[in-house]
Amino acid sequence: MTTTVTTPAGSAIAPRRRRADDVAGLGKARAGIFVAPALIIIGLFLLFPAVWTIWLGSTDYRLTGLQAASPEFVGLDNYVEALTDPSFWNSLWLTLIFVLFSGIIGQTLIGFGLAWSVRNIHGWTKSLIEGLVLAAWVIPASVASFLWLVLLDRRSGTVNGLLGTQGTAWLIDHPMESIIIFNIWVGTAFSMQLFSSALSAVPPSQIESAKMVGASGWQQLRDVIVPNIKGHILTNTLLITLWTFNTFTPYLVTAGGPNGKTEILSVYIYETAIPGGQLGLGAAISLIMLLINLVIALAYVRVSRGRTKR
Amino acid sequence: MAGITATQLVKEYPGGVRGVDEIDVEITDGEFFALLGPSGCGKTTLLRSIAGLEAITSGTLVIGDRDVTNAEPGVRGVAMVFQDYALFPHMDVGDNIAYPMRIKRVKRDERRSTAERVGDGLSLQGLIERRPGQLSGGQQQRVALARAVATTPDVLLLDEPLSNLDARLRLEARTFLKELQRDLGVTTVFVTHDQAEALALADRIAVMRAGKLQQIGTPREVFQRPNNTFVAGFIGSTPMNLVPATVEGGSIAIGDARVPVPVGTEGLVRDGQAVIWGIRPEYLRWSPTEQPGGIPAVVSVVENLGASVLIAVHAGELKFQVVVPEDQEPAPGDRGWIVPQAPKTLLFDAESTQRIG
Repeated sequence: MTTTVTTPAGSAIAPRRRRADDVAGLGKARAGIFVAPALIIIGLFLLFPAVWTIWLGSTDYRLTGLQAASPEFVGLDNYVEALTDPSFWNSLWLTLIFVLFSGIIGQTLIGFGLAWSVRNIHGWTKSLIEGLVLAAWVIPASVASFLWLVLLDRRSGTVNGLLGTQGTAWLIDHPMESIIIFNIWVGTAFSMQLFSSALSAVPPSQIESAKMVGASGWQQLRDVIVPNIKGHILTNTLLITLWTFNTFTPYLVTAGGPNGKTEILSVYIYETAIPGGQLGLGAAISLIMLLINLVIALAYVRVSRGRTKR
Repeated sequence: MAGITATQLVKEYPGGVRGVDEIDVEITDGEFFALLGPSGCGKTTLLRSIAGLEAITSGTLVIGDRDVTNAEPGVRGVAMVFQDYALFPHMDVGDNIAYPMRIKRVKRDERRSTAERVGDGLSLQGLIERRPGQLSGGQQQRVALARAVATTPDVLLLDEPLSNLDARLRLEARTFLKELQRDLGVTTVFVTHDQAEALALADRIAVMRAGKLQQIGTPREVFQRPNNTFVAGFIGSTPMNLVPATVEGGSIAIGDARVPVPVGTEGLVRDGQAVIWGIRPEYLRWSPTEQPGGIPAVVSVVENLGASVLIAVHAGELKFQVVVPEDQEPAPGDRGWIVPQAPKTLLFDAESTQRIG
C-alpha cells in the first residue's frame, strides 16, 4: 500500500500536495520565522492589552493607593457593581440615544441625502461639495472639536451670530443635541462617499425602466435604488453604529458634562478609570462595552446572511 | 396602437454635438421599424428621444395623435426593452412582468394573473417564481419583453434586442421576435448595428450616419437601390463593390474595361463625368474564360463561406469581391474575368456620393 514514490504519476502528485499549504516553498519553520515579528507585535499591542483588560476587570486595581501596588482578585464584584449602578445604565441610555440620532439616523440619512443630491452633478461643483464634506472627516478630532467650541461659544460664537441667539449656551442648555450634531458633522462624509459609489453602481437601465413605466422619484428609490444598494446600507449602518458607539471625541467638546448629561459609555469609562482612579471597574465596563459591540456586529451579520440566502 | 411622426427632430448635447440631426421620419401603425447604423450614428439617441429618456432639443414628436415632444416617459404609451434587459434582480419573474401594472395601481391578484398569462404567451411557464439571475439570456429577454408588452403599449421600443444573445440563440430569437410583433401588431421600433438583423426583421429600415438620416425604405429597397455609397457599403453581408469610373461614349470605363451604362441612368450622365460604379459581390460572376462585358482580374484571396466562396480579385489597380458557388472555387493567382449582371449595377455621383437614377 505504501509504495515509494517511483511512478511518474506519483512523483507529480507529491510536490503538488506539499505546495497547497506551503505556497512560498520555505517550509513551515522558516516561514514561521518571517511571520514571527508581526505576530509578536500584534500579540504585544493587541492581544496582551485585551487579555490584560479581562484580568484587570476582575481585580480592585486602582490608579493610586494601596491597591495600585498590590491589586487583589475580586472575581465578578466589578461587574456586579457596574450593572447595579444607575449611572452606568444612564450612560448606556445616553449612548443609545447618541448612536441612534447621530449615527444611524443622522449620518446615514444625511449621507445618503448628500450622495443622492450630488449624483447628477459633475465637474467642480461636485468636487467642491465632496471636498467640504470630506474635510470634516479628515480634520483631526481635536481640531474639529475646538472648531465646534468656537462655533457654539456663548458670547462670540458663530452659531449664535447666525441665528441671532446671542447668549445661548448651547453646550449647557442643549449638550446632547450639540454632540449629536457635532458627530453628524464629523462622520457624514463616510456615508456620503460610500453611498455615492453605491449609487453609481446601480444600473442606469434599471432606473430608466422604472421611469418608462411612470414610476415617481420616490417609487424609483423604493423599487430600484434601495434594493440595489441594500448591502451597502447594511455595511454602512454596521460601521457607523460601531464607530459612534465607541467614539470618544464628544468628550473634547462637552467633557461629559454638564452634570453627566453627555456622559456616553466611552466617556463614562474614562471618567471611572482615569480621573476616578478605579482601573479595575473601568476595565470591567470596557469588557461589557466590548460585548455589546459584539452583539451588534453579530446581529448585523445575521441580517446580512439572511439577506444573501434569500 | 399608434404611428410615430418625428419632424425636424434635433437632440443636441451640451457642447453642440448633435446626436440626432434634423430627422424626419414617419412610422406607421403596426410597423416593424429598424434604426440601423454604425455605432455612434445616433440611432440609440433617436430611440431614447422617442422613449422620452432624452430631452428633445427642437422639432416635434407625435405618437398617435398626441404631441409628446415634452411629455414624461410614463405617459407616452411607450414601452422599452433595454439592451441589458434591465430586469430587477430582487424581484421574481412575475413581479418583474407585473411591475408596470404595480405602478399603475392594478390590484395584486389581477397583475399576478396578467403576468402569468403574458409569461405563458412568451413560453415562460414555470419560471414565474424564479429570480432573473436564475434564467438564461434568452429567458431574461423574454421576461423583459413580457414586462414591456404586459400593459399593451402603443409603441414598443427595442434597444439592440439581439446583441446580448449568443450567435445560435440570436437566430432563434429573431424568428421569435418577428412572430411576436406580428401577433401583437404593435408599432415596434428597434435599434441595431447589424444590417442582417435589420434586413431580416424590419418592414422598413432607416439607415443613419452621424445623426443624419441616409435612407428610409423596405429591406429590398435599401439593399437593391441604396441612396448613396454609404448605404451601399453598409447594407449587405459583404459590402458592395464601389469603384471609381468615368462615363465614356455611352458606356462606363472601369480601368481598361468597358461595361454598359446601368439601366435607368441613360441620359442622366454626361460624357466624361466621374462616377462610382457599384455592384454587389453576389451579382458578379467569375469566369475562367473571356466573356463579353467581363473585366479581366487576378484572384488574390479565397475565403470559404460554406455553401459559397468569397474571393478577392485585383483588376489592375482596382479590387473587387465576388461570391462564387462552392464548386467553381478558383485558386489564388488564377486569372479570369469578372462578369457583372448588368441590371444589378448602380451608378453613384463621384462628388455627392448620391445614387444616379
